[in-house]
Amino acid sequence: MFARTSAAVFLPQCGQVRNMATLKDITIRLKSIKNIQKITKSMKMVAAAKYSRAERSLKPARVYGTGTMALYEKAEIKAPEDKNKHLIIGVSSDRGLCGAIHSSVAKAMKREIAKLSGAGKEVMIVNVGDKLRGLLYRTHGKHILINCKEVGRKPPTFMDASVIATELLDSGYEFDQGSIVFNRFRSVISYKTDEKPLFSLDTVASSENMGIYDDIDADVLRNYQEFALVNIIYFGLKESTTSEQSARMTAMDNASKNASEMIDKLTMTFNRTRQAVITKELIEIISGAAAL
Amino acid sequence: MMAAKFLLRRAVPALRHARCYADAPAAQMSFTFASPTQVFFKEASVKQIDVPTLTGAFGILPAHVPTLQVLRPGVVTVFNDDGSSTKYFVSSGSVTVNADSSVQLLAEEAVPLDSLDLTTAKANLEKAQSELVGVSDEAARAEVLISMEASEAIVKALE
Repeated sequence: MFARTSAAVFLPQCGQVRNMATLKDITIRLKSIKNIQKITKSMKMVAAAKYSRAERSLKPARVYGTGTMALYEKAEIKAPEDKNKHLIIGVSSDRGLCGAIHSSVAKAMKREIAKLSGAGKEVMIVNVGDKLRGLLYRTHGKHILINCKEVGRKPPTFMDASVIATELLDSGYEFDQGSIVFNRFRSVISYKTDEKPLFSLDTVASSENMGIYDDIDADVLRNYQEFALVNIIYFGLKESTTSEQSARMTAMDNASKNASEMIDKLTMTFNRTRQAVITKELIEIISGAAAL
Repeated sequence: MMAAKFLLRRAVPALRHARCYADAPAAQMSFTFASPTQVFFKEASVKQIDVPTLTGAFGILPAHVPTLQVLRPGVVTVFNDDGSSTKYFVSSGSVTVNADSSVQLLAEEAVPLDSLDLTTAKANLEKAQSELVGVSDEAARAEVLISMEASEAIVKALE
């Protein structure tokens, strides 16, 4: 009776305080977090397998990509400042749960668009990957030229890069200069959002250092440029997938670790609650027996 | 100077000892030969490379005139420093010779010649030739012509 009256006195003051979770609530929560931990662990292993495959195929792709860009670097081709039509190709993928991969590319693209639009130039963007489209279409929808889906499910091939390049060339947008934004793979735990330049046919043809290159006619140069475009896109795709898989591996690993921390804490709470319930029942029994 | 460059490109083997550059020729060529999936040579030093291009086949030696070319289906022969040579079949691609004597040969598909089979190549060629008769659409016709050209080149290379 004493306990009941004290409860009646205390209840209004404790109205704001959350009731201590019952055992059932904690059990449900514990089960769901354990399931989540299993899922993130398996996602981490899948990402690790895909990452090792991607890294292996990145080695030749890197040599291929640096070989393609060697001409532009050695001939020191620079785009003239007064050109108006720009193109930005953003390389990412369709799937999330990989940390800051998509947002870092989108941020770099937004920065570029703002800079170029501020200088009065026309910019169009190509989104490789559905996530980029999601991030960009609301604010920069009118700049979007092409969207690419179904990226990231399977490892990228040269064929994919050539499909993208064909679409770009067929779209009829005659860009004077452009860049490709992608995540360059540095190591398992780090990547960097990088930007490589793309040059149009006119820029390359009229660049001053091109004069030393012998026997080039317009047709050969156009073929060469188109091939180089595909190569650069391929390089960006390869680097991007490797960075994405390593980032997903890290993200899922962190998620599993956080989940196990939560499981430990909840198990503690569960045991304490269980002991408290048992103690309460004992007290009731004893006080009931003492009242007799 | 232009005449000398022209002569040098057209008749490289004969005039190798008579070039008239003021500075000494670059002793080494840094040769990179890769396809999207495989690297054959990476900044290696080789003696000579024969490449098949759209404007004809030519050989590249150290201190070759800088040029850009597009490849056609054919055989690339690489002559190593020790005198041995290896042949590869390339489907298409580009070759860049820079002023500092570095050569980048990027092929869309490249295989060593001894991994190609003559009978399969001949069968492909016949199939392509028979397809050519029946096709009417421009794009499809171009595809069949390309496959015919590639098969012919393979057969010629293997014979």
